[in-house]
Amino acid sequence: MKLNELTVKEALAKMEAGEITSVQLVEACLARINEVDGRIKACLTVAQKEVLAAAEKADEIRQTRFAADFPLLGIPFLAKDNIMTKGMRTTAASKILEDYIAPYDATIIKKLKEAGAVLLGKTNLDEFAHGASTDNSAFGPSHNPWDLERVPGGSSGGSGAAVAADMCLFALGTDTGGSVRCPASFCGITGLKPTYGRSSRFGLIAMTSSTDVPGPLAKTVEDAALVLRVIAGRDERDATTVPQAVPDYLAGMAAKTDLQGVKIGLPKEYFIDGIERGVKKEIDEAIAKLKKLGAEFVEVSLPHTKYGIPVYYIITPSEVSSNLARFDGIKYGLSAARDGGEAKNLYEIYAKSRGKGFGPEAKRRIMIGTYALSSGYYDAYYLKAQKVRTLIKEEMDKALEAADCLLTPTAPHVAFKIGAQADDPLKMYLEDIFVTGASLAGLPAISIPCGFAGPHDGEVKLPVGLQLIGRRFDEATLFKVGQVYQENTDWHKRNLRLKI
Amino acid sequence: MQLDKEQIKHIAKLARLELTEEELDKYGRQLSGVLDYIDQLKEVDTAGIEPTAQVTGLENVFREDKAEGWLEDEIIKALEDAPAKDERYIKVKRVIE
Repeated sequence: MKLNELTVKEALAKMEAGEITSVQLVEACLARINEVDGRIKACLTVAQKEVLAAAEKADEIRQTRFAADFPLLGIPFLAKDNIMTKGMRTTAASKILEDYIAPYDATIIKKLKEAGAVLLGKTNLDEFAHGASTDNSAFGPSHNPWDLERVPGGSSGGSGAAVAADMCLFALGTDTGGSVRCPASFCGITGLKPTYGRSSRFGLIAMTSSTDVPGPLAKTVEDAALVLRVIAGRDERDATTVPQAVPDYLAGMAAKTDLQGVKIGLPKEYFIDGIERGVKKEIDEAIAKLKKLGAEFVEVSLPHTKYGIPVYYIITPSEVSSNLARFDGIKYGLSAARDGGEAKNLYEIYAKSRGKGFGPEAKRRIMIGTYALSSGYYDAYYLKAQKVRTLIKEEMDKALEAADCLLTPTAPHVAFKIGAQADDPLKMYLEDIFVTGASLAGLPAISIPCGFAGPHDGEVKLPVGLQLIGRRFDEATLFKVGQVYQENTDWHKRNLRLKI
Repeated sequence: MQLDKEQIKHIAKLARLELTEEELDKYGRQLSGVLDYIDQLKEVDTAGIEPTAQVTGLENVFREDKAEGWLEDEIIKALEDAPAKDERYIKVKRVIE
């Protein structure tokens, strides 16, 4: 097995035992990026020199008695390019930030560096995280490593593809309405959206402030838990982070070897006709497997599920239009005020910089949001959506009183072809049908690989993901159920199948 | 909800976006389509329902109202990203015409 194919847990054990070094791990990841990323295009920036220097330092620390203070010492990771990384280009996959160098680290990057992890570079995304395919990147789409003609999902598609193809040991994504879970599902890996407020948003390029939350894309549930333990926690610089203690997830997982006493809810509104047959079959088999492992299943009802997307596509553009107002050509980024710019006055600096810098989906969302928030329409759109959001949240909370977690497909189908949904924004929005609920309610949710299915328009079988949605702040239950499932299946062992 | 070209132009102006004629046409159609879709929210009875703006239940998160120092190298880097500067100030065109 090549070193880049190791899980975080395996690599830590090998480094501790002195069998391998962080430099060797990093070199294996860089070699893999070099080998396959010309075709996959997951990375926007690779910081070869910096990461090797950081790995050398990690190897030095490994030799000291302080090594135990660094839970991820020497582990190479990639970060989605809407997360600020000091001294490194941070573009949000937008022309408007093409040359932007972040002056500081996001809190989650700082925490990972303090835990000893080493940053390999930055990954592609839908521009400003707007999308479910990574087709919306201003720098071109990423490709799904299972079938290069297909999307890796989005918006954290570069992170998903990079983890699936073993370019790194784990990656960071952000999830606003499915953006970690969708690529995890399409790429056959594990992706966690933590509870809203569990991990800090300080230093993320804001999209929808009321649902944005960063989380890990990893090779196993255990690895996702290891990373969350590091990035979670209250941050003074993000007033929406919660003071709840971050449990030692791995200790909790070790105590559980079956699912006796675990009650899983199946929301009937999520098992609709639109689900591809192959996806349905794999989900049914996963349910049977979990039953065999001791879980009890109960049917629950979430009648407002179908309003999740319309609510999300009011709230998101509204908050996007406000958050993207900061890209005005004055402080940083593409600007009509730079030498040779033709702007005659302040308005023109704004309008020309933004007109030139933003891509189509960002412009659409800014316009929908501007309209929805404009005088005379606020009550009909934003306020109405916030009220329906209350109904969605309340019914999900109620369902989670009857069950420890909920199980649904992550997406109604497997990865679709690149460009298949270009220029049809509404069709792309419908991709989010199963993932918006947990985002609007702020609940933790994880996507776990549970099989492979043929798409309606192709031969190659592609990964299917199941989603578990938990109670607020209870990521631990998702990890326990996911861990027991992965101990008894091998869908997460990509290197058994992936040939690229 | 059909938005005409003048409305689209007005929204673009409010949003400070310079759009081409082609973009105005295209986004006009697409926005109308999305708004039609969103209109289904009207069927939900929300009488007496409070809006949800946040989900964690946190209230009144206070901190000392005190200025904090920031790392000098990060201040310099932040200023380097600005298109027009005068020493440690970012220059803008006049605001009042």
